[in-house]
Amino acid sequence: MSTSLRSNPAVTAASLALVLLGTAIGLIFFFTPEDVDQGISQKIFYIHVPIALTAYACFGWGAWKALLHLWKRAPGADLESYVAIHQGVIFGALTLLTGSIWAKASWDHWWVWSSRQLVLFLVLFLFYAAYFMLRFSVEPGPARANLSAVYALFGVALIPVSFLAIRLAQDFVHPVVFKSSGPAMTGSMFATFCVAWAGMLALAATFYHVELAGKRLDTHVRELRALLERP
Amino acid sequence: MSGGDYLAAAYLVFFLVVLAWVLIIALKLARLDRDLASLTALARRRREKAPGREEQEEQEEREEAPVG
Amino acid sequence: MTYASDVLTLARKDLRLELRARDTVPAMVLFVVASLVIFHFALPSASGDLAAYGLLWVALIFTALLGLVRGFAAEREQGLLDALVLAPVDRSTIWLAKAIAVLAFLGLAELVALPAFALFFTSVTWATVAGVALADVGICTVGTLLAAMAAASRTRELLLPLLFLPLAIPIVVGGVGASVVEDPGRYLGFLAGYDAIFAIISWASFEYVVTE
Repeated sequence: MSTSLRSNPAVTAASLALVLLGTAIGLIFFFTPEDVDQGISQKIFYIHVPIALTAYACFGWGAWKALLHLWKRAPGADLESYVAIHQGVIFGALTLLTGSIWAKASWDHWWVWSSRQLVLFLVLFLFYAAYFMLRFSVEPGPARANLSAVYALFGVALIPVSFLAIRLAQDFVHPVVFKSSGPAMTGSMFATFCVAWAGMLALAATFYHVELAGKRLDTHVRELRALLERP
Repeated sequence: MSGGDYLAAAYLVFFLVVLAWVLIIALKLARLDRDLASLTALARRRREKAPGREEQEEQEEREEAPVG
Repeated sequence: MTYASDVLTLARKDLRLELRARDTVPAMVLFVVASLVIFHFALPSASGDLAAYGLLWVALIFTALLGLVRGFAAEREQGLLDALVLAPVDRSTIWLAKAIAVLAFLGLAELVALPAFALFFTSVTWATVAGVALADVGICTVGTLLAAMAAASRTRELLLPLLFLPLAIPIVVGGVGASVVEDPGRYLGFLAGYDAIFAIISWASFEYVVTE
């Protein structure tokens, strides 16, 4: 694995993540003002929302790779789709965890059905967890790749549909007791948010490339073993 | 718990998840290392078992070569 | 053979098989009625009509799952599927035919379930019926595709609910919404939209689910 920046995406991504997230943390704690309403716990927003957006990006990337697999028969697209969705689930779980902590800090409940973003992530988490169940119960091969790809595309279609459904549901399911104060972001807050978001994307890209390389290594080692163990 | 405590908890959770990922990758690397080590040993044993055979193959090639 | 005639032939095969075997639809009917009875015991007395509507939809979703699991279940079905895939028919006809058959089964079960619900709990409005009809389309189109996926796996009956339930959430929202709110139009429209989007995706991707 060459380590020149041009040919090793994992190194590029990791360097970017280091710089961006480092800057972001610095900005969050030393630069941005403390929120008037929510106090210092509002600063959870700076990682919670970027993590959520990054999860969406991962699912989208996974769906794109799935489409490439089905449409163009691109080799390796299935593996890339799987790894991307894996990152999406990791970041999705992080979204739920940080969101729950923020809910407790803001409204004194570990879970609030009125938070549309949280509920959407719960639904998506269930959906993509089933993706892994699907993958683990089918033998590796072209069939599994096809099924996974189709399911990944369903997932991406589900995101807007679920969002709409959750919004419609709020009219009859749960009265919006807790109003989230849509943050009117100041310039400094927005800039910090952007840096944090870029950093999270870089982090996800790092995870993605490292895991991908690991899986490819696995395949090579297995092939090597098969070649060597032949009498 | 105060607001600051929750803030710390959220960042801590993020940090822990990233560290957990690093741990899992490290375990995977260790396994790959073991696998490759055993494969290297296997290849080495193969080589040692058949050095005589290799010399014989080279001799056969030399005998066939000088035609034309 | 046109697309439509292929679909009708395949659908007729499924319906005739069910007519002879008579196992899926009676099971679905019994299941949905039993569920409604359990729900009566599960609802505290102050819950009211709204909770009952919610449980109706839960019962319908799970009854549909029962029918869907049976869809690609039989071993001979698997052999037949392989044969059909080799045949020179558009693969999506298989999907559409199966979806129509499951829709028929579900509809029959609902012919019993809705009156039972009206009897046990509260009256069924026209909006509820419309919602059920629209939801059925969504359930059967998506469910049939997912059932084909699950049929290709080791865990089959175990996997189908896991794949189906997250996708069923919008259906439940649409259906319950149509049943309980003053102006059900929005929810019915949403269900129609869901049906359109996911029917198209299911139709287009079935090919990839059954071939390699």
